[in-house]
Amino acid sequence: MSVAPTAERAAPLSRTPGGPRRFQLNLRQSGIYIAFAAIVLLFTILTGGDMLAPQNISNIIVQNSYILILAIGMILVIIAGHIDLSVGSIVAASGAVAAVLMVNHDVPWPLAVLLTLVVGGLIGAWQGYWVAYFGIPAFIVTLAGMLLFRAVTYTILGNRGIGPFPEEVRTLSNGFTSGFLGNVGLGALGGADLFSLLLGLAAVAGIVVTQWRSRAGRARYGQVVEPLPLFITKIALAAVVVMFVVVQLARFRNVPWVLVLLAALVIGYSVLTNRAVFGRQIYAVGGNLQAATLSGVKVKSVVFWIFVNMGVLAALAGIIFAGRLNQANPTGGDQFELDAIAAAFIGGAAVQGGVGKVVGAITGGLIMGVINNGMSLIGAPSEQVMLVKGAVLLAAVAFDVWTKRRAGASR
Amino acid sequence: MSDSILRMRGISKTFPGVRALDDVNLEVLRGEIHAICGENGAGKSTLMKVLSGVYPHGDYDGEITFEGQECRFGGIRDSEHHGIVIIHQELALASNLSIAENIFLGNEQSRRGLIDWNRTNAAAAELMRRVGLDENPVTQVIDLGVGKQQLVEIAKALSKQVKLLILDEPTAALNDDDSAHLLDLLRGLRDEGITCVIISHKLNEVLDIADRVTILRDGKTITTLDAEGLTEDRIISGMVGRDLDHRFPPREPRIGEEVLRVEDWSVHSPTQHGRLLVDRAGFTLRRGEIVGLAGLMGAGRTELAMSIFGRAYGTGISGRIFKDGREIRLRSVREAIRHGIAYATEDRKRYGLNLIEDIKRNVSAAGLRKLAKRGWVDENEEYQVADSYRKSMNIKAPSVASITGKLSGGNQQKVVLSKWIFTDPDVLILDEPTRGIDVGAKYEIYTIINQLAEAGKSILLISSELPELLGLCDRIYTLSAGRITGEVPRAEATQEGLMTLMTAGQEARP
Repeated sequence: MSVAPTAERAAPLSRTPGGPRRFQLNLRQSGIYIAFAAIVLLFTILTGGDMLAPQNISNIIVQNSYILILAIGMILVIIAGHIDLSVGSIVAASGAVAAVLMVNHDVPWPLAVLLTLVVGGLIGAWQGYWVAYFGIPAFIVTLAGMLLFRAVTYTILGNRGIGPFPEEVRTLSNGFTSGFLGNVGLGALGGADLFSLLLGLAAVAGIVVTQWRSRAGRARYGQVVEPLPLFITKIALAAVVVMFVVVQLARFRNVPWVLVLLAALVIGYSVLTNRAVFGRQIYAVGGNLQAATLSGVKVKSVVFWIFVNMGVLAALAGIIFAGRLNQANPTGGDQFELDAIAAAFIGGAAVQGGVGKVVGAITGGLIMGVINNGMSLIGAPSEQVMLVKGAVLLAAVAFDVWTKRRAGASR
Repeated sequence: MSDSILRMRGISKTFPGVRALDDVNLEVLRGEIHAICGENGAGKSTLMKVLSGVYPHGDYDGEITFEGQECRFGGIRDSEHHGIVIIHQELALASNLSIAENIFLGNEQSRRGLIDWNRTNAAAAELMRRVGLDENPVTQVIDLGVGKQQLVEIAKALSKQVKLLILDEPTAALNDDDSAHLLDLLRGLRDEGITCVIISHKLNEVLDIADRVTILRDGKTITTLDAEGLTEDRIISGMVGRDLDHRFPPREPRIGEEVLRVEDWSVHSPTQHGRLLVDRAGFTLRRGEIVGLAGLMGAGRTELAMSIFGRAYGTGISGRIFKDGREIRLRSVREAIRHGIAYATEDRKRYGLNLIEDIKRNVSAAGLRKLAKRGWVDENEEYQVADSYRKSMNIKAPSVASITGKLSGGNQQKVVLSKWIFTDPDVLILDEPTRGIDVGAKYEIYTIINQLAEAGKSILLISSELPELLGLCDRIYTLSAGRITGEVPRAEATQEGLMTLMTAGQEARP
């Protein structure tokens, strides 16, 4: 259930050199998506279709948005070979900062959001300094941070929550794009928001164009590309899933703003990890620290900025979480770090570092979210939810270790 | 005194692609100190690992007779049970435990499952007295110097009722006083009836202490000689005597102006405070020239190279570097790369490659910025660059998307070389570029090195294999105990001459 790059590239060696180079679907690469689909299908059956109902899909996205944002930052930390246990406390602390600014001091919300993100970045810089430049293991630094920033939260808030938040912040967390263009009829499905549908179509068009251009570019350079039928099937599958979700959302209350934000983050960070020099250096540092150092990578600076980034994203998650509850709470964000870390590992990150993908972490986070949501729909008690989530995490990593051993990876 | 305690007959051991031991015979007499000499890679350590059961029976061919019985050791515990104890070059002590705990590690002095500390410490004190270690048994090993740590190892061996003690390069990391003490101790043990096998590069020590000397070369026994009347020259000629024809591709050197000059370069150890690893070394490289750096293990070759490469190793570095006649300062690897210096490591798995990544991402790792516009990597361009190296360097892999961890040593080395050639350096420091590589791939690497020189690059070639240096280099520096002890032009270089310079001045170590 690991991540695509390694698995995909490992595949050719298993065949005889010089033989025909075929593209084959790899279990390790696609395992997570198959598992996700299977879990969704299972709960759809168990809930008699309620799982995929318009309102429920909307709920899953909105309820898990902050965990998914944390998972994006966490996967980068884990790829670099570190861990961050403090993100739950940073969520609480940044929510408190945002509340004090917006509610107590009436700072205009855009400025307050910006300042809160800066505070998140500073918290990240604090931890990044100790990890990267002082050389303390991230586990210890962020364990300390978990306590420190919880203490900061209590200091700011006392023992009570602060709210309510301005309308705009609540809209970002909880709200939906308004029906700018009115509704259209979708026959038996009833009315749906035209703007949301157009957004979905634009997303599909974007996927098709970028994937096609990337494939054409690779082919032009004489690289192996997937056979056309497989390529088209994959694109079509992605388009169907996107459009299904969008149609359901359009039938309910339109596309949530937080989904727009998440989509932008996923695209941005995917490109960063795949194509930016900085992103590449994260993999290099996590894959072999010494080799990266001797290749001229500024290892310490890379690690430092990863923690800064984690801090900023945790602050963003904190604003959204507080906005959703319409209150900054001293106990908010408790154990979020565990969900974010689990998402990254279910999504195929390797414990030793060097491996992982943003989309994988998102899928891992969604798997957890779907399990949470589905089990509460069928009325399972919370101890059962915990049990299942724990088992899924263990199974996912066990599967990864098993496929790696079977492949006889030399590490 | 003259019956044999150990006989190894017809020992052969093969690693994938390498025949490390080829029909080796060794006879050790009871109560003697027997030295084994040979170049790096001659098979000394492998032979001792066969003897001590690190490579268990069935992993090698041939037979071992110890105290008149044929032995088939399944592991180290087995051989230790028979009284054979090996002390490796890298000491195997738990640094946070006390001396006494280390001595009895795995052999705890316990009563009903609980450790009897009084007995442990008293017994340790007795053993420490025997080896002349004047410390408190409860002192942590981390607080001892290397010399005393070595004594702890020997005390540990004595606690196991050792009959045959094997020491692999015991004095390599020791200063003169500690070395002298250790050699005295070995003589004392010999008088107590303990037989010793010692592997050493320090020929003066070998002559000083050994009763007999066995010389290995290329995994074969060359001869066993009585130390009485033996000279260093005789040992050296046994260690290096092999022919050089047709193992190296021909090359017409076209040497230009000076490119790099290093002066008064000193490096201190980052772990052992105050220990000088490189001592006022200096050398020059000219355009299109291949310059060799010869030295035995521990002479400071890698330390010298890595410290020049943007201070990637060592502390307390001093000295001056001139590139194209101008003094430069290299404070980080990045600055070194920017000044056109590349260093291909001797340990490609640990320091050279990201083994979980594919060929193209490894090739681009040091020169990624050349493939990027405003911080964004052009992956197609990257593919093309890597693929062109795959073809030109003859990297045997189905595509550049193959994981480097699964390539053979020779192909991994070609990936490392590609990575550095892609940074377009003027100076390439190649540290043991053919270590652990089979003969065919070696020839390919030699050809690449020659081509680089012909393209006007300056090469500093670090190698433990003297024939390699003689076959490729225009000039050869010798390094001994951190000092440059000689500079020999190709025409005047001989293996014997180099070996003499490489072992020169060992006794003068501070």
